[in-house]
Amino acid sequence: MNANFLSLAIWVPILGAIPVLLLGSERRFLVRWVALAVALAGFAVTLPLYTGFDTTQAGMQFVEQLRWVPRFNLEYLLGVDGISMPFILLNSFITIMVVLAGWDVIEKKQAQYMGAFLIMSGLMNGIFSALDGILFYVFFEASLIPMYLIIGVWGGPNRVYAAIKFFLYTLLGSLLMLVALIWLFLTSGGSANILDWHQLQLGMTPQILIFIAFLVSFAVKVPMWPVHTWLPDAHVEAPTGGSVVLAAIALKLGAYGFIRFSLPIAPDASHYLAPLMIALSLTAVIYIGFVALVQTDMKKLVAYSSISHMGFVTLGFFIFNPLGIEGSLVQMISHGFISAAMFLCIGVMYDRMHSRQIADYGGVVNTMPKFAAFFMLFSMANAGLPATSGFVGEFMVILGAVKFNFWVGMAAAVTLILGAAYTLWMYKRVVFGAITNPHVADLSDIGLREFLILALLAACVLAMGLYPYPFTEVMHASVDNLLKHVAASKL
Amino acid sequence: MDIKTLYLLVPLAPLAGALLAGLSGKLIGRTGAHVVTILGVAVSLVASMLIYQDVQAGHHFNGALYTWLESGGLKLQVGFLIDPLTVMMMLVVNFVSLMVHIYTIGYMADDPGYQRFFSYISLFTFSMLMLVMSNNFVQLFFGWEAVGLVSYLLIGFWYTRPTAIYANLKAFLVNRVGDFGFLLGIALIAAYAGTLDYAEVFAKRNELAALTETVTGWPVITAICICLFIGAMGKSAQVPLHVWLPDSMEGPTPISALIHAATMVTAGIFMVTRMSPLFELSDTALSFVLVIGAVTALFMGFLGIIQNDIKRVVAYSTLSQLGYMTVALGVSAYPIAVFHLMTHAFFKALLFLGAGSVIIGCHHNQDIRYMGGLRKYMPITWITSLLGSLALIGFPFFSGFYSKDSIIEAVQVSHLWGSGFAYFAVVAGIFVTAFYSFRMYFLVFHGKERYDQAPHDEHHHDDHGHGGGKPHESPWVVTLPLILLAIPSVVIGYFTIQPMLFGNWFGSAILVDAVKHPPMAHLAEEFHGAFAMALHGLTSLPFFLAMSGVALSWFFYLKRPDIPAAVQKAVMPLYTLLDNKYYFDKFNEVVFAGGARLLGRGLWSGGDQALIDGFMVNGSARVVGWFAGLARKLQTGHIYQYAFGMIFGVAAFLTYWFNRV
Repeated sequence: MNANFLSLAIWVPILGAIPVLLLGSERRFLVRWVALAVALAGFAVTLPLYTGFDTTQAGMQFVEQLRWVPRFNLEYLLGVDGISMPFILLNSFITIMVVLAGWDVIEKKQAQYMGAFLIMSGLMNGIFSALDGILFYVFFEASLIPMYLIIGVWGGPNRVYAAIKFFLYTLLGSLLMLVALIWLFLTSGGSANILDWHQLQLGMTPQILIFIAFLVSFAVKVPMWPVHTWLPDAHVEAPTGGSVVLAAIALKLGAYGFIRFSLPIAPDASHYLAPLMIALSLTAVIYIGFVALVQTDMKKLVAYSSISHMGFVTLGFFIFNPLGIEGSLVQMISHGFISAAMFLCIGVMYDRMHSRQIADYGGVVNTMPKFAAFFMLFSMANAGLPATSGFVGEFMVILGAVKFNFWVGMAAAVTLILGAAYTLWMYKRVVFGAITNPHVADLSDIGLREFLILALLAACVLAMGLYPYPFTEVMHASVDNLLKHVAASKL
Repeated sequence: MDIKTLYLLVPLAPLAGALLAGLSGKLIGRTGAHVVTILGVAVSLVASMLIYQDVQAGHHFNGALYTWLESGGLKLQVGFLIDPLTVMMMLVVNFVSLMVHIYTIGYMADDPGYQRFFSYISLFTFSMLMLVMSNNFVQLFFGWEAVGLVSYLLIGFWYTRPTAIYANLKAFLVNRVGDFGFLLGIALIAAYAGTLDYAEVFAKRNELAALTETVTGWPVITAICICLFIGAMGKSAQVPLHVWLPDSMEGPTPISALIHAATMVTAGIFMVTRMSPLFELSDTALSFVLVIGAVTALFMGFLGIIQNDIKRVVAYSTLSQLGYMTVALGVSAYPIAVFHLMTHAFFKALLFLGAGSVIIGCHHNQDIRYMGGLRKYMPITWITSLLGSLALIGFPFFSGFYSKDSIIEAVQVSHLWGSGFAYFAVVAGIFVTAFYSFRMYFLVFHGKERYDQAPHDEHHHDDHGHGGGKPHESPWVVTLPLILLAIPSVVIGYFTIQPMLFGNWFGSAILVDAVKHPPMAHLAEEFHGAFAMALHGLTSLPFFLAMSGVALSWFFYLKRPDIPAAVQKAVMPLYTLLDNKYYFDKFNEVVFAGGARLLGRGLWSGGDQALIDGFMVNGSARVVGWFAGLARKLQTGHIYQYAFGMIFGVAAFLTYWFNRV
């Protein structure tokens, strides 16, 4: 454990972006291969985090500590536990998919495109591994910039509106978080260490204020109802890769924030406000499920479906039992695979037809049978079919929710019907049926590159569905520790 | 070979066949596809037979394969439970599946999706076997949903047809409504028993019976059983979740036989039987089961009378027969329910495959009004269908007689709330069953030949081409399965009723509280051998009802074909009600499907777009803009105004400064 794997996970992609950017967009061949090499290297350096992980230990592992701003006692402090470690692997894996997805589709400024994603990947690894509150904030905010550029430069016709909406929404949220971070820094007597903050004995009022300050920031990121409306716009305008990173990783940052900050720092407030959080989560699951049903744009539909699935994540957190929290974490990882795959599938069709409107399709299976098979698998996973990863998290959260309160569990289980309805109804209208649009008749099935991407994701979705044990095994100690912490009142 | 290897081989051999045919279909070709899949199922069948012998020798098994997940004190494992109930299901599933595989060679011979079809039906076999062999609720749910998936894929097999892809979506969603209940039932078990392993749950059954659900105040055991049964209502198509089954006939006929008659739809029956230790503890749940089953048995039978599509007649008869099985479950006659499940699997698969043979014989016409006199052209199909029909109506000595008569007797002696109504329903159902079964039989195989009168604009056919030409007998790959299914349809009841119902063959797999629920014990006292039972059956009420049903259909459809139309006219409102299937479909379409879309649109445009984006998001942007506009007005650029503002401000500040305390 001498090698600084976390630093490598952060800086390999970020520094690797420099040669990619320097190559310039004219050398397309080199740009792609170098970007792929960097992404692969970035993934490779995260593997030891899993293989060297001690599942019996609840605390932070792979800790790195350097002085950063000594005057304010700020540190370059990194570490992962069973909660954050899987997301670093997921993020680095998804980066490879994104690089492959932009291979010959992105024609404008490919070097900058690849560079933006690589930097983004490193920054997000930073978010998941930072243990210094201010360092976390720097990574958290910095990650907005590449995403803003990705939507604003490579996005669709309405990209500027979407990019600004995305930026303002999330920035506004994080300003309150900054206030909370500074308050915590001052209250703890000048420590920015998140783990120190966990030990702070706070009264009910400060806890509630802190909780709400974090809530505003994280709820926007998740996104929770009613601050979710930036997401469908951002997805619709973002290029495929942007949607993939947004759905697979960026949405997880908010949920991760709840676990890392809100619950342990303000446990009493968390309990006190849990009914509100559960109500908001169930609203996301049901209300958004109905909204997803009537979407006419595929990307919007999947975007709404993401919000609905994230509702399960926040629900699982606030029922305070291990099934709920581990279910939420599993749901987050699984949603990373499935939403990435869904957006990639839509991307495959968009690249050929330049339309995301459901009505423009119909009968795709006739011309793209291989694609239709993959899309079927991912749609079923999105609908939570057992043996796919989509089932595991939902199942665990529903089990936990019924244990917590039967009615809550019942409301959550409605997703079984709604999720199937909106996903499969879309699938039916897009893939099944006779060909009505002559452009569909000219479609060519997926090529080797697309096959490779979808097959890799399919393998992940199935593996996690058939054998989720290793995924939860790494979480147990940390989740138990967290629950113990949350159960102990600070008052 | 080690017995545990055999257990593994049973589900994995069909899975291997499915993967080979599905993933390398182009490589191995059409012949290759059917060879590997048939081989897979055949291996599975042989392995099941060996396991059967082992089980007969008294070796049961309950063990885990691997730990699927561990969380919150819950250890979820994938594993097998091998006991007589399991092994019986394994044999039935594999046998019918093998017949259907062989039959498919002939039925799907011209279809471009040949390999895909074989891959799906083998995948189905795998899923169904995982379902029945499970020793825990998670794997049960996995199999449950997996068979639903394959059913979805197969109903929509001809994906260019609007009716097929409408039907498969409907089937999946209606099943999901059932699964919603099923999953809640499983979650309740996990919450209150702390385990999802069958044996461990059953060991805690008495504790569960004493508990009350903390939030709702319901008795836990009743809540669990009703939730689980809602799942069974979806899969086994009980009213009001039956609506998907008739539409599922859009799929190719072989799967109608395998999935929508013999095996998958009986999963609910199997599940409740498996859960007998739980259901025995809740009379409320049993009454619920009983009434739902009785309604299904009778009212779905009525619908069979007016159908003209050969497959739909058989489909409604399946619904009705599933109702019979459910009734048996309700009166705690679980062994009889699975006994009927088994006999029904044979004769209903036979009837469906016979119908399919008729369909190809008639060049893909499915309308029985344009058949008639086929016995001349299709002798094997004719005889086997007749045998199947006799089994279905419960003619003494035929397999269906033993199972159905036992159900009726069991209901008769039950004291459960609702058993009076159920008895009426199942007895009246006998007449109805006989009437619609022989209506179809006479219209298809007897009477005037009408095959040349078929209109050519029909689009409800089972395959692409259709048209004139004389009917012809089907090839041997089609007729061989008919013959092989006809044999058990006739004799299996006679040979197995004694051990299955009264010989304690199921042993500990099924648990009945004989004191509270006496029908099984009562029947055992009355039983004096299969032969005596059939003889006695010849003089009983059900037999007379069945015979009058046959006679009436003979009179209506052969002797005086003008009567049905007159009757139809005389009872027009009733006919309209039946023709619209009691308006279930319309209701669902308007209220649930339409309502959901309306609600979705309302929430989207009213909530997301107007309230959140319009009012809150863009509204706050407007507020900022309004303030900015106000501030802009202050910046006039006129020095005198700034100077005035400055002087005023300084004056105000000074006033404050000097007057502060």
